[in-house]
Amino acid sequence: MNGTSPTYAIKVQGLVKGFGEYPVLNGLDLTLDWGRRLTIFGANGSGKTTLLRLLSTQYRPDGGKIWVGGIERGQSPAAIRGMIGVVAHSPMIYEDLTCEENLRFFGRIFGLKGLGPRIDQVLGQVGLRQRADQRARTLSHGMQKRLAIARAILHDPPILLLDEPESGLDAEALEGLRNVIIGGAERSRTVVMATHNVEVGLAWADEVAVLGDGRIVYRAERHEVNEAHLRGAYLRRVEVAA
Amino acid sequence: MSTVEKTAPAVSARASGRAIPVSLVLLALASVLMLVDMYLIFMWAPTEAVMGHVQRIFYIHVPMAWLAFTAFGLVFIGSVMYLWKRDTKWDNLASSAAEIGVVFTSLVLITGPIWAKPVWGIWWTWDARLTTTLVLWLIYVGYLMLRAYSPNRSQAALYSAVVGVVGFIDVPIVYFAVNWWRTQHQRLVIGSGTIEGSLHSDMRVTLYFSLLAFSFLFAYLLWQRMSTRRMEDELRAARYQVERETRR
Amino acid sequence: MTALVRPALVLAWKDVMLELRSRDVLISSLVFALLTVVVFNFALDIEARTVDALAPGVLWVAFAFAGVLAMSRAFVIEKDKGSLDGLLLCPVSRDSLYFGKMLSLFLFMAVIEALLLPAFIILFDYSAFTWEMGVAMGLATLGFAIVGTLFSAIAVNTRSREIMLPVLFFPVVAPLIIGAVEVSTGAVGDVVGAMGAGRWLQLMAVFDVVFLFVCPWVFGLVMEE
Repeated sequence: MNGTSPTYAIKVQGLVKGFGEYPVLNGLDLTLDWGRRLTIFGANGSGKTTLLRLLSTQYRPDGGKIWVGGIERGQSPAAIRGMIGVVAHSPMIYEDLTCEENLRFFGRIFGLKGLGPRIDQVLGQVGLRQRADQRARTLSHGMQKRLAIARAILHDPPILLLDEPESGLDAEALEGLRNVIIGGAERSRTVVMATHNVEVGLAWADEVAVLGDGRIVYRAERHEVNEAHLRGAYLRRVEVAA
Repeated sequence: MSTVEKTAPAVSARASGRAIPVSLVLLALASVLMLVDMYLIFMWAPTEAVMGHVQRIFYIHVPMAWLAFTAFGLVFIGSVMYLWKRDTKWDNLASSAAEIGVVFTSLVLITGPIWAKPVWGIWWTWDARLTTTLVLWLIYVGYLMLRAYSPNRSQAALYSAVVGVVGFIDVPIVYFAVNWWRTQHQRLVIGSGTIEGSLHSDMRVTLYFSLLAFSFLFAYLLWQRMSTRRMEDELRAARYQVERETRR
Repeated sequence: MTALVRPALVLAWKDVMLELRSRDVLISSLVFALLTVVVFNFALDIEARTVDALAPGVLWVAFAFAGVLAMSRAFVIEKDKGSLDGLLLCPVSRDSLYFGKMLSLFLFMAVIEALLLPAFIILFDYSAFTWEMGVAMGLATLGFAIVGTLFSAIAVNTRSREIMLPVLFFPVVAPLIIGAVEVSTGAVGDVVGAMGAGRWLQLMAVFDVVFLFVCPWVFGLVMEE
């Protein structure tokens, strides 16, 4: 951890990112303390996925700085990747491998020890224990998503980055996901979740933000959230006085 | 990517007219030099004893070949700098130079056979220089195709910069390989290699003047192409600004 | 060093395991290579007196095209279910990713060539295999893997990916193809040229070394987006 941000799990300063047409993120600032759960709302195309990909080191910023887990992105992106678990739109798994083999592969790449029991444990957490030896191709979309969640927590990361994780999950899997996020048993994780789903997003969060015009235009603690303001910012993407 | 802050100074530079005179100057120089050059090539230069008037293509073919290779050197520089600094202006240089380079290389590949057929009786021979030029052409056509097929502008810039670097490093190796290959099989080595050594002084003057004229033409085209790209970027940034304002 | 090598090996082993399951890449590339050889036989009407001169060229065209097929599939599977992103999220350096992919690609192409060569020797009654040709095969295949991994990673992100890969790949690896064919032809012993096989092998080795440095470096830049 460097001296600049010893207390923040995530810190973003003046982030700029574009894909050649116009900047999708334009001077975004954000901080999040350890152990807090932040939900980011934003319309389609507002840059939620881009922001998450920047935090996960998949994208390189055009301008500004990012610190994840106290590590500056430019210094050591690989170290950041060791601290985060990511659930995204696509499941990021190999269809011709079984659930167990998928997790074993990623576990070995992460350099984890004691994989056998660990794999069994996370499969249990997401409710896939009975399907451990089934090829991923035979799983339904929702179950593949569960496997993706298992993969994300396999190395017990302190920070989770989730991009619409609740989509495609049935009630049981949703409950499983909630347990993973709100945890309790293992540890309290720091979570950044991007979603459209206002209900789930509000229910699981400590803090709430809205992304619009390339920046955060609304930020509040969950208990302070003024629903009218939230929807206003979400729908109209305008700056709202808190 | 132009952010809001970068747009303003560029626009005012345009408005103050500072950018315009450079292209006018280049255009004027290029036009004058090319006209003089055409006179030299077709009227003034002596007729070659063996090949006759067809040989005059040489004064176009050779400078274009030299400039085509220079263009790809610029592509390499632009690509390396873009990979390092990620500044769009380097991408503009690389892509503009690549386009003009492909045009010049195509003309080299066309004027070559036009010259060869009457003189040596064959359209094409797989000699080292021609073959390397063809491979170079293919690499940079690939460069342009990659830009066209990339999902967005910044990926187009990144990927084509990679090809610009790899392609340029590859060309010397290609040249050696093809050279040894042709020497091994003792094919006809045609082209200006046999001519350049024995140039009449008037011919040499014409050749160098032609190189000068084509260089200014190249510079003008490059400048224009880069300016157009820069203006497109500014337009895009301005449009984004307008859209943001109207949404409020 | 182990930080670089170990993940690469894990990655390559995963590719091998996937391939053993589906046999996708191997079968399609092998069949395609065989078809290429057969079509060339019809097109060139190769007979006993010309076979030694023409056969190496046919063989290397088959290897090159089959190789391109193999490498395009190598990254398409990663793209499909987003597993490439999954790999990019691992705490491994981009170099490890690159070398892992390159290693598995090299293995697949080597297997295809090993299976194709006997078929080729039989079909063309070709008897002039030498150790130099073996080395040339190794160097050329390595070069294909080095350049191919980079270009297929790029091509998979574009429209028209099936055409982008060959367009980028073939002009760049032209020296390898020339060298491999020359060494194979020279192996026959009838064509006496100023360049011995050794010179060609050196050229191919230089190619491999140069791009072994350049390609992983730019691969990292491409993947960091």
